[in-house]
Amino acid sequence: MSGAADLLRIEGLTKAFPGVVANDDVSFAVPAGRIHALLGENGAGKSTLVKMIYGLVAPDKGRMQLHGRDFAPTSPHEARSSGVAMVFQHFSLFDALDVAENVALGMETPPSQRQLARRIREVSEAYGLPLDPTRLVGELSAGERQRVEIVRCLLQDPQLLIMDEPTSVLTPQEVEILFSTLRKLAAEGTAILYISHKLEEIRALCDSATILRQGQVVATCTPSEKSARELAELMVGATLHTPSREPQEGGEVVLRIHDLSMRSANPFGTALKDIDFELRAGEVLGIGGVAGNGQDELLAALSGEARVAAEAVTLKGRPVGQMGPTARRALGLLAAPEERLGHAAAPDMSLTENAVLTGTVREGLTRHGFLDWGKARGFAEQVIERFDVRTPGPGQAARSLSGGNLQKFVIGREILQRPEVLVVNQPTWGVDASAAAAIRQALLDLAANGTAVVVISQDLDELMEISDRFAALNEGRLAAPRPAKGLGIEEIGLMMGGAHDLDTAARAAE
Amino acid sequence: MDLSAINPVILVASLMVAATPILLAAVGELVVERSGVLNLGVEGMMITGAICGFAIAVETGSPTIGFLAAMAGGALLAMVFGVLTQFLLSNHVATGLALTLFGLGLSALLGQGYVGVRPPATPKMDFGPLSDLPVVGRIVFGHDLVVYASLLLVAGVWAFLRYTRAGLILRAVGESHDAAHALGYRVVTIRLLAIAFGGACAGLGGAYLSLIRVPQWTEGMTAGAGWIALALVVFASWRPWRVLVGAYLFGGVTVLQLNLQAAGAAVPVEILSMSPYLITILVLVIISSDRFGARLGAPASLGRVFHANR
Repeated sequence: MSGAADLLRIEGLTKAFPGVVANDDVSFAVPAGRIHALLGENGAGKSTLVKMIYGLVAPDKGRMQLHGRDFAPTSPHEARSSGVAMVFQHFSLFDALDVAENVALGMETPPSQRQLARRIREVSEAYGLPLDPTRLVGELSAGERQRVEIVRCLLQDPQLLIMDEPTSVLTPQEVEILFSTLRKLAAEGTAILYISHKLEEIRALCDSATILRQGQVVATCTPSEKSARELAELMVGATLHTPSREPQEGGEVVLRIHDLSMRSANPFGTALKDIDFELRAGEVLGIGGVAGNGQDELLAALSGEARVAAEAVTLKGRPVGQMGPTARRALGLLAAPEERLGHAAAPDMSLTENAVLTGTVREGLTRHGFLDWGKARGFAEQVIERFDVRTPGPGQAARSLSGGNLQKFVIGREILQRPEVLVVNQPTWGVDASAAAAIRQALLDLAANGTAVVVISQDLDELMEISDRFAALNEGRLAAPRPAKGLGIEEIGLMMGGAHDLDTAARAAE
Repeated sequence: MDLSAINPVILVASLMVAATPILLAAVGELVVERSGVLNLGVEGMMITGAICGFAIAVETGSPTIGFLAAMAGGALLAMVFGVLTQFLLSNHVATGLALTLFGLGLSALLGQGYVGVRPPATPKMDFGPLSDLPVVGRIVFGHDLVVYASLLLVAGVWAFLRYTRAGLILRAVGESHDAAHALGYRVVTIRLLAIAFGGACAGLGGAYLSLIRVPQWTEGMTAGAGWIALALVVFASWRPWRVLVGAYLFGGVTVLQLNLQAAGAAVPVEILSMSPYLITILVLVIISSDRFGARLGAPASLGRVFHANR
C-alpha cells in the first residue's frame, strides 16, 4: 500500500445529518510535511469533515488512517493524543480566563501553570508569535487570540494540524507571519490541512487542494497551477459574475461624522475615538479593519442604537447624534448590522414580521396606529422577489433561511426603503459566492441611484471591489479615507495597524 | 433600651449559627453557577433537605445520618432539575422556579407526621479544655461539626476553582460551553455533577435549620433563605470568600436586630426586620460596584441552554 507515505489518508468517508448529506464518499490523502487545502463554499461539508478527523463527529461510513494505521477517534482527547491538533474557525477560547489557562484546557497533560507559562513564552518566541501567558484572553486582539490557539496546538507537537479559516480576522501582515509559521512547521514534517475560501492565499500557501461541493469531492488539483477564478468556479460549479459599476462623480455631502467618540457598551469592546469623515451622495465608502477594532460600535453610533453628541453625526446638515434608530430611519439613515440572527433579524419571527421591524416608518406599514399586515406581507414579498430570496414564502421564520438567503433579505429590506444613507456591517459574511456577488451588485446599484453607502467589512477583496474610497478602523480610530483605486495590499495593511507589535516577531520568523 | 443585655461573644457565636444554612446553600449554588447553570430552585432543595434530614434523624435517632440523608435528598431533587435542563433542554429559570414550588409542596407532604416532634440533639464538637477559654472558646471552639464543615467547604471550593484542573474545566464550561465542547469536554456531565453538588449543599443547609438552628419541623420553615443565598452569589461576584462575608454579615445583622428588638430599641420593628436584607444588599453592592470587575465575575454562559449540535 502507498499509505505509508501519507500521514493522513481518508477513504470513502460519509456522514449524513437529518435532511442533508454533509459528506458523501470523500477520499483524499495528506503526505507528511505538506500543506493541503480543503476548498468549498459554506455548507459544502468542510467543517463536518474536519470534525470527524478531530473526533467531534463520528462518520457513518468509510475509514481514516493516520500513519498507515486505522484511526477512528471517538473524542478530541483521543485525536489529540494521536497527534492531531486543530485551530477552530470560531475561536475555542474563553474570554475570562488567561492565556495559560486557555492553553492548558487544550492540552491532554498540561504541566504546572508556572512551567506552562515558560513553555508558552519559549514556543511562541521560537515561532515568532509572542504571547504574554498572564493576560486575559478577552483583552487580546483577534490576531493575538489566534496566536493563543496556534501556540496551544504547537505545544503538543502535532503531526497533523487542522486550520479552519484561520486568516479571516487577520491583517495582511499577520497573514504573512502565519504563513511563515506554517511553512516552518511543514518543513519540520508536520502535515497541515488548511481550510479557507480565500483563494489567493491558498494559491500562495498550499501544495495541493481537494475541492468539495455539496459534500462530494469534485476536484483535486495543485492550486498554484489554477487561477483564483478557476478555483472559485470549481467550488461553485457555475460561471461567476463579477459585480460592475460605472464610475461616478460625487454628489453633495449627505453624512458628516465629526469628532465622534464613544465608549463601548461591551466591557471587552473598543471605544471609538475622534472619528471624522464625510460621505457624498452616490459614493461607497469601504471601512476595513480587523474584527474587534470598533466595527460594531461604529455601526451602533451610525444607526442610532448608541446615542452620541448631537453634532457628531449630521445628516444633510441636520444633527442626528441624539436620535434613536427610528427617528434616523425616518430621515433616511438606514443600517443593517452584522449578526443576522438576533440583531439584523429576529430569528423566530416570520419574514413579514421582520420586514415590519425596520420597514414601518418608511413604508407606512401602519394604519391608525395598527399594523397593516396586508401591506407588510406585500413589502416582504417584494423583498423576496427583487432579491431572489429562496424561501417558500414570507410566513417562514427567519431562522429557517440559509445564511445567504437571510442576508439577501436583510440587505434587500433596507435597500427597498430607498435610503439616503445605508450603513452595512459585513454584508457578505458567511454567504456563498453567488449570493455575495448579488449583494455587492445590489449595493453598487443603490449607490448608482444616488444613495451614499458605508460598507464595514473584514473582507478586503470585497472592499476593493466596491468602494470608491477606503478607510480602516484600528483600535477605535479611523484612518483618513483614501481613494480605493490603486491602493496596494501593503498600504491597506498599514492602515489597518500593520501586524500589531509583530515587527520583532516577523524578524524572528525569518 | 438596655444594650448591656447584648453580649458580643454570644452575638458572634450565634451569628455563625444563623449564617450557616445560607452559607452552605450559597456555596453550592456558586459552584453550580460557575458551571454555567442557573438553578433558582435553591429554596426548594433547602426545604426538601430540611424535611429529609429531620425525618431520617428522628427515625434513626442519629443526626449524622439525618444530615447525610438531607444531602442525598437535596441532590436527588437537584437531579430532577438536571435532567430537565441538561437532557430535555428546558429553560433554566422556569425549571428552577418550578423546582422551588415542587420542593415546598413535597416537603409539606413528607413532613405531615413530623410537626411538633423533637429531633435528636446534635452534639457540639469536643475540643476538651479549649472550649472553656474565654471569648475564643465560645466563638472558635463552641460549635457543631456542620459549622466547621461549612467553613472548610468555602476554603475547599475556593482552592478547587483556583488551583485544580477540574476547577479550571468547570469554569471553562461556565464561560463558554461551545468552546469547551469543541475541546472535547463533557459539558453535560460536568454540569450534572455541579448541579448535584449544589443540591447536596442546599439540602445540608436546610437540615441545619430543622435539626440545629430551630430545631423542629414546620412547613415553609426556610422562609426565603434559599433566595437570600441566590442573591448572595450574585452580589458576591461568584467568589467564595465574598459569599462567606455576605452570609456572616446577613447572619450577624439578623441576630443583632433580634437582640435589639428584645432589648426594646426605639426603632420600629419593621425597619429592624428588614435591616438584614437592606444592609447585606447595600454592602455587597458596594463591594461589587466596580462595573468591569463584576461583569468579569459572571460566567458568560450562565443560564444558557447547551446543545451539542448547535
